[in-house]
Amino acid sequence: MPYIAILAFFVVLPLILIGIYAFTNQQGQFTIQNFVQFFHRSEAVNTFIYSIAIAMITTIICIVLGYPAAYIMAMKSFRTPAVMAMLFILPMWINFLLRTLATVELCHMFNIPLGEGPLLFGMCYDFLPFMIYPIYNTLQKIDVSVLEAACDLGANRWEVFAKVVIPLSMPGVYSGIVMVFMPTVSTFAISELLTQNKITLFGSLIQRSFGEGGIAMWNYGAALSLIMLIIISLTSFFGNNDNEEINR
Amino acid sequence: MMKSQFIIEVSHVSKQFEDGKFALDDVSLNVKKGEFVTILGPSGCGKTTLLRCIAGFQVATSGDILLNGEDVTNMPPHQRPVNTVFQKYALFPHLNVFDNVAFGLKLKGVEKSEMERRVKKALKMVAMSDYEYRDVDTLSGGQQQRVAIARAIINEPEVLLLDEPLAALDRKMRADMQLELREMHKKLGITFIYVTHDQEEALTLSDRIVVMREGKIQQVGSPTDIYNEPKNSFVANFIGESNILDATMVKDGLVHFCDRDFECVDKGFGEDAEVDIVIRPEDFYISDRNIPSKEEVGNKTDDIWQLYGEIISCIFKGVHYHMTVMTDNGYELEVQDYNAFELGTRVGLLVKPEDIQVMHKTRLCNNFVGTMRAGEQVEFLDELWDVSERTAERFAVGEEVDIEIDFNHINLQDDEEDGVLSGEVYYMLYKGDHYHLQIRTDDGDDIYVDTNDIWDKGDRVGIKIAPSWIRLYKRETKEES
Repeated sequence: MPYIAILAFFVVLPLILIGIYAFTNQQGQFTIQNFVQFFHRSEAVNTFIYSIAIAMITTIICIVLGYPAAYIMAMKSFRTPAVMAMLFILPMWINFLLRTLATVELCHMFNIPLGEGPLLFGMCYDFLPFMIYPIYNTLQKIDVSVLEAACDLGANRWEVFAKVVIPLSMPGVYSGIVMVFMPTVSTFAISELLTQNKITLFGSLIQRSFGEGGIAMWNYGAALSLIMLIIISLTSFFGNNDNEEINR
Repeated sequence: MMKSQFIIEVSHVSKQFEDGKFALDDVSLNVKKGEFVTILGPSGCGKTTLLRCIAGFQVATSGDILLNGEDVTNMPPHQRPVNTVFQKYALFPHLNVFDNVAFGLKLKGVEKSEMERRVKKALKMVAMSDYEYRDVDTLSGGQQQRVAIARAIINEPEVLLLDEPLAALDRKMRADMQLELREMHKKLGITFIYVTHDQEEALTLSDRIVVMREGKIQQVGSPTDIYNEPKNSFVANFIGESNILDATMVKDGLVHFCDRDFECVDKGFGEDAEVDIVIRPEDFYISDRNIPSKEEVGNKTDDIWQLYGEIISCIFKGVHYHMTVMTDNGYELEVQDYNAFELGTRVGLLVKPEDIQVMHKTRLCNNFVGTMRAGEQVEFLDELWDVSERTAERFAVGEEVDIEIDFNHINLQDDEEDGVLSGEVYYMLYKGDHYHLQIRTDDGDDIYVDTNDIWDKGDRVGIKIAPSWIRLYKRETKEES
């Protein structure tokens, strides 16, 4: 019961409020003007598309870097997976804002102009562990005898990897995608710090609607939040379905 | 090169693990084409390691494995013409029944219609025809095992390796699958190598049985050979129920145990040699008619019975009764008969000469090599042991000595702290009037002990030896040179 009360107060109520704000104007009357406004401002729509693109690129880079890392960690032949795991987890103990600020300093040190490149680097750096962990988990759970069976049936190492390891680790990849894509779509602090506000992401857009514009922009901001919420729920649905399919 | 008559030749294969322990110790085994060979042994005897070396999942530390005359010792598993049925099925969870079975064919790039035909045939072979498109995790254990077998035989391997394939099934299902496996072996005509710890399964299925223990082959033979003529007490005890007794071979055809002489058919053990004998419980003739009382025994010369005793337990086993007889001279013997006898009934026992199987003893006493130390002590098994003054005088300090200790002169302590050395009861054998134990010390050495006390496997014990029972001998110099 107390759990349900907490849930209702901190999750359901805010969601309802976002819904109400998104569909009303400042006078509290019903309107879809907030959404119309968003789709009419090409700058806003572009930011939205750009944010999603950045998030997708980040996610792809994280898969490319994270899968081999997870695979190496999960390999039985690797003697000290615990040490490896520590090395990957260690940066996560530090607040991500501090890490981002450190990245900014690094860029200054090496005279790298802040912008898109450092932004992608920072996002991957921050979210890579969220990709490695779910993949590592599913890889670790694969029964060694299944791999031996594939080998026994005539599969060489690459075929075993392509036909057994990859399909069996897909649930981990899906959760990794969800866990990296969702926060990168809505991030604003990282982008503001690493691009010195040169690049605006969707998260920043929402944040500004609430912060700078004062009460006047709340309805618009709520509408933007709602749009983002829908996008995020779509990706998480995509992940969940596949999880059930394979975990059954 | 002449083509070998054997499909598999394992010669002097050893497998040493990283911790230095030998899982296989100089194993040699030849398998003929089309044979059904079972590798039998308790867990940890190396049987699965041997199978994995043949499959290619493990590489032998030394020795060669030949398949069809071709050396495959270092060949990766996917290139070997063998397929494996795994203990826990190891089906691919992301594929349905059809795709699991077709896995091997898809890798080979077999054409689609041909593939479909062969998958259907394989599934029919294991009576799983209607399950093609089911997910494997919706199947029962028995069904999953059938799919695993279909998946392994579809590649038409020359040898099928089966690693305890029925271990996870219930008793009834296991019995059915055993029959089906036998049938399948006949129909396919390929060589089966089957690993199990279940002696009944081995006797039912195999053309030949390989009994293993601690990485070594104990005996190879047909099921009847192994059962009727076990080579040593371990094989006799592991296969079937048996009475194993200490005995003395008086001369060829005459063996002494249970305080009397028995005629037997075995020869060539020498005179007055210490041996083990085994008598199967069903080989005793038992009767309660006209049995003389304890006092009368020996007076009547026309009496045909060899041993007399009293029934101390009687259990119904379905077809027969399993009874324990305590003989007048204190031996407990297991006897099986179709008739039941009341507890306390006085009975006579008779065994025919050909039913007494005489076996060499693996060892007659404990042998160690040690070094004399100051203060009338000898060092062996990394500990210092007191020896008697008289013994110590004969050797110089620092001299290497051979040590002998009889089985029955080793003292086992409940509290491992009380012993000079501590260890664990590793193996035990009941010998009619005492237990023969194998104690494995914490360093992995073995000490053999005869005792009347009852211990359980896995008990921790302390080991003490009275100084007067440690016999020392001059080291044979020949071995050193």
